[in-house]
Amino acid sequence: MRVGVVVFPGSNCDRDALHAARLAGAESELLWHETPDLGGADLVVLPGGFAYGDYLRAGVLARFSPIMGAVRDHAARGGLVLGICNGFQVLAEAGLVPGALLRNASLRFEHRWVRLSVERRDTPFTSAIPAGRELRLPVAHGEGNYFLPDHELDVLEARDRVLFRYAPPEGNPNGSARDIAGVLDAGGRVCGLMPHPERAAEAILGSDDGLLVFRSLVESAAAATSARAAAVVA
Amino acid sequence: MTAYRFAVAVMPKEGILDPQGRAVEQSLPHLHVADVSGVRVGRRVELTVEAPDPLAARATVERLAGEVFSNPIIEAWTIEALAPEGRP
Repeated sequence: MRVGVVVFPGSNCDRDALHAARLAGAESELLWHETPDLGGADLVVLPGGFAYGDYLRAGVLARFSPIMGAVRDHAARGGLVLGICNGFQVLAEAGLVPGALLRNASLRFEHRWVRLSVERRDTPFTSAIPAGRELRLPVAHGEGNYFLPDHELDVLEARDRVLFRYAPPEGNPNGSARDIAGVLDAGGRVCGLMPHPERAAEAILGSDDGLLVFRSLVESAAAATSARAAAVVA
Repeated sequence: MTAYRFAVAVMPKEGILDPQGRAVEQSLPHLHVADVSGVRVGRRVELTVEAPDPLAARATVERLAGEVFSNPIIEAWTIEALAPEGRP
């Protein structure tokens, strides 16, 4: 599997994501945001950081970077996209996942460990996570307070598009509606996630739960490739 | 082409959490200012548009207000026409 990690001016988790993808067994490379080409990536990661300094609104200016047209086309073809933290903000501003990320209810930059419940395991982002297993991951953001109008939240939940929620005992760090930490697009191939799996990909970092997300993606891609090969043979 | 100058005010929509407004409001007692409520904090963007006529200029500003300056899920915008730069 090939993973492309987009680098915007101000991204700062790009190398962590690159490293986590390699640990999970993927070939991965960095993609500069001004080049409208994904280099054949099966999975595009929009990493954390402060693209364009978070000016105007977090994520909004990155949405207009030349590479985002290619990311949009990739998503439209059913390609995998994972937006982490600032990457989630970019996906939300681009309309590739639903919702908006408001200032944290605490008004503070929240940087700490949280626990996530995994709402579905039949997705490319979560298939390798053992049943019943919660994820321990760090958050580090000022604007992670997930918002959608109530009636749209009802629809999102009814369609099983909430993938991760903040769970006790640490609970919800930012005031997100219905404890939502990660959501899917309508096709289930684009995920926006506020906590950082790439910063918890090795036990020495305090948790390697984040690697389960990258492993899920690598295994799903391998399964899809062998299914395609089998179809060609048949 | 004529230069037209505008201001776009972007405000959090009714009912949307406005933590900045709340923080400002909660700090006012420290200034011994009482009887102030409903503080909301937004953003103002000023810009000049070169266009053949005021309607075309305003159409450009409306597009930017809706697609860039505001996030329609959480924010509302209003446009104000300003005097051209350098004139009162």
